[in-house]
Amino acid sequence: MSNSMDDVAKEAKCFLIIGSNTTEQHPVFGTMLRRAVRFRGAKLVVADPRKIDITEFATLHIRQRPGTDIPLINGLMYIILEKGWEDKAFVAERTENFDEFKATVMNYPPDKVAEITGIPVEKLYEAAEIIAMNSPMAVIWAMGITQHIVGVRNVMSLANLQMLLGNMGKPGSGVNPLRGQNNVQGACDMGGLPNVYPAYQPVTSDEAREKFAKAWGLDSGPMTVDGGTVRGLSSTVGLTVTEMMPGILEGKIKSLYVLGEDPVMSDPDTKHIRHALETLDFLVLQEIFPSETSVYADVLLPGVSFAEKTGTFTNTERRVQMVNKAIKPLGDARPDWWITAEIAKRTLFLLSSFDKDDKEEERRKINMDALWAKWDYRDTSEIMSEINALTPSYGGITHARLLKGERLQWPCPTTEHPGTPILHTKQFTRGKGKFMAIDHVPPAELPDDDYPMVMSTGRVLYHWHGGQMTRRAKGLMQVYGEALVELNPMDAERLGVNGKKLLRITSRRGSIVAEAWITDRVPPGMVYANFHFPAASANELTQAALDPVAKIPEYKVTAVKVELVKE
Amino acid sequence: MVNITIDGQCIETEAGKTILQVAKENGIQIPTLCYHKDLSPTGNCRMCVVEVKGGRFLQAACVTQVWEGMEISTVSERVMKDRKLTLEFMLANHPLDCLTCDVGGECELQDLAYDYRVEVPSWGAKGTRYPVDSDPNPFVRVDFNKCILCRRCVQACAEIQVRDVWGVAKRGFEEQIVAGAGTTMLEARCESCGQCVAYCPTGALSNKMNYGTARAHQVKKVTTTCSYCGVGCQFDLLVKNDKVIGVSSNPDAPVNGMALCVKGRYGYDYIHHHDRLLKPRVRRYLLEGVKKERTGSPWDWVETEWDTALDIVAKKFKETRDATGADTLGFLTSAKCLNEENYLMNKLARQVIGTNNIDHCARL
Ligand code: SF4
Ligand code: SF4
Repeated sequence: MSNSMDDVAKEAKCFLIIGSNTTEQHPVFGTMLRRAVRFRGAKLVVADPRKIDITEFATLHIRQRPGTDIPLINGLMYIILEKGWEDKAFVAERTENFDEFKATVMNYPPDKVAEITGIPVEKLYEAAEIIAMNSPMAVIWAMGITQHIVGVRNVMSLANLQMLLGNMGKPGSGVNPLRGQNNVQGACDMGGLPNVYPAYQPVTSDEAREKFAKAWGLDSGPMTVDGGTVRGLSSTVGLTVTEMMPGILEGKIKSLYVLGEDPVMSDPDTKHIRHALETLDFLVLQEIFPSETSVYADVLLPGVSFAEKTGTFTNTERRVQMVNKAIKPLGDARPDWWITAEIAKRTLFLLSSFDKDDKEEERRKINMDALWAKWDYRDTSEIMSEINALTPSYGGITHARLLKGERLQWPCPTTEHPGTPILHTKQFTRGKGKFMAIDHVPPAELPDDDYPMVMSTGRVLYHWHGGQMTRRAKGLMQVYGEALVELNPMDAERLGVNGKKLLRITSRRGSIVAEAWITDRVPPGMVYANFHFPAASANELTQAALDPVAKIPEYKVTAVKVELVKE
Repeated sequence: MVNITIDGQCIETEAGKTILQVAKENGIQIPTLCYHKDLSPTGNCRMCVVEVKGGRFLQAACVTQVWEGMEISTVSERVMKDRKLTLEFMLANHPLDCLTCDVGGECELQDLAYDYRVEVPSWGAKGTRYPVDSDPNPFVRVDFNKCILCRRCVQACAEIQVRDVWGVAKRGFEEQIVAGAGTTMLEARCESCGQCVAYCPTGALSNKMNYGTARAHQVKKVTTTCSYCGVGCQFDLLVKNDKVIGVSSNPDAPVNGMALCVKGRYGYDYIHHHDRLLKPRVRRYLLEGVKKERTGSPWDWVETEWDTALDIVAKKFKETRDATGADTLGFLTSAKCLNEENYLMNKLARQVIGTNNIDHCARL
């Protein structure tokens, strides 16, 4: 998020929520938005195919067809330009490439946009007026925007909109993606990505590579021996999770170490994932439960829950917060950092010691005297010191400061720095904000005669992701104990679904049977399913059609056919 | 600015403030019950009454604004008598089961009765006027026998959660709090966030999951950050005998204050679920050094010591790296784990193995 949640909720005159089921996925932030609407009179435009809960509070709800966000946003910007509602000073001073961008937007007149999105022209005008006339306006989105083959382009479109309206770098404005998992922000910040070291320092940059090579005790400079991955740090961008899985089947990946994730439940096209995991030579899984993925593991290492360890999480607004150990690890389970460090130490020992048939140059040579080469951490605050030294945006975020009650949002480069609640106040990271000309690309799989309906996937209030934790929480199961598939009453009538009935949903990749929830939350022609329950996980049906840049699968549009299961 | 006196102390303050606010700013304690700083004041419990010189009635300090020359007594005999009477009225209709009540020790009514030395009067309707544990909500235990009609729950649901589940029905002695139009909480569209429980001053609304497990003073509170979504709410884990028995709001939480959602407040019991993995496991074929087979006894799980399991992993990583190269190893780190742990996974992949094949489920 460019702004913080509190700032958005308190300062924005208007919210545009697009592709975020805020009250169910980020519930406490959802209630902050409800408060802003009810008690402060903030305006709210919700753009979502589904009638999600927060639409009750909306000034206007527009229901675009799944996968038509770009034409919608371009259409709104067309109207803004037509009416002269753009922030001309902001566009002139802080942005570039406006003309090329405008030329593209001009190809999206309201009539055409109405036809593509299914939103009537008057509603488009109404929406444009509300978001343009109520400044500052904050855009809020989540996976509904990113889980498309055009995920990155969707995000750029929203950035265009905010630059056009001058809604950047000031309170109550900005581009505000809500991160799903508790520490997805932190996992990205810490280099849990194939192309960057911590703090997004690119693995392809000589400077960054030299910095980490030096810190970690490796030869710096390009690697030369045998395919170039032996001596120092690799300069080849690695594979994303959505590339690793097919990569296994192509023989590119032989061994996999999975920490607290459940690809069988959370990755697209479950059958394909199962097949890939079965093909691996070696899978080590570190988990707290025997998850669906554990069936394929060769080694299963018991990690601990958040209640059994100390360290930090970083939330969606870049706020780093302490997690404090409340109880001892259960049984023989060990904190995950301890396990990873042990594996590293032991692997390093084997890799660096002589074996009689080892080739000298294949050994991993690490200078253990280098400042941050070692692995003998006594606790996570020592790991944090290493992070402070190598991760500029986390330079000043220490456990000691957090334990003293300091509230820190990165970037926080030094121990004196107070942190940064709002990004881009004076300029964008790259200087001027660049408008991008973005055209509509239809979803990879559109409904046809064989698979006439669209399925979108997501989560529900009472469950979490693959459900490993929430399916083991008794009360949550009492309220929501099995997968429900949302089906519009008109479709229900057509299919003869009346009352508590089972549906079979089939895509080109698989089929699930789940109970129908007949509701106008979904429009006719669309169903909505979740992936919390192994018996009926939507990911049996989804496909790995990826955004070319972000490699995110298109979870929000799958062509399916829906049938009533005859008893 | 206006000048007032409270208990003889001259105070200069801003117009528009309430007596309660000014008293608090000046270190003068006025007891409250229905008032809570997060909720809009209603003045309906009458605990915070004070005497204003020249006034015919006592004034509720939480809703009465100060004016120039106001002379206030917070401890006059009349005030003390009135507060005692108010408490007596509440206790007259309150069950006398403090000995076994779940919130004993953290009950605001109990504290005030103690402070004001109020005995339970012999008149009134004791015992059970309403069914105990009357709502099927799996998280919230409802016992309106203990309700003092302060309406904090009504306000917490309307003003914090903005869901309007609770309302007030009937009048006089019959007055009671109801969900929706007298339905169950879930039927009245309750989201089970537990906000109403967190703000209830008595045991009328309490937590069902840990009912009867601990007294307030037996519990250790550890402030931590929620493990579910990216909002990053903070709360206190309640620990007894090295077991997490509940979650309670921590008013100082930077993002969320007292608010939590159903997962954060009530989704903790997975921590001690009997499915938890408690020992490392490896497939038998790895111990016997035979060829990998995904069926039968070679594929059986065997529980081992840490050394065995960790050495197997290290050996396999080395074998893969030697045989097919560093880039044939993949690492999936975790958006559920700590920053420190993610950093180490990044270091393991890059420094030890020498590959950039590391990712996590940010995309999923
Ligand atoms: S649990 Fe939450 S939603 Fe339900 S009644 Fe209480 S405050 Fe309202
Ligand atoms: S309590 Fe709910 S809203 Fe808050 S972090 Fe946890 S899951 Fe998210």
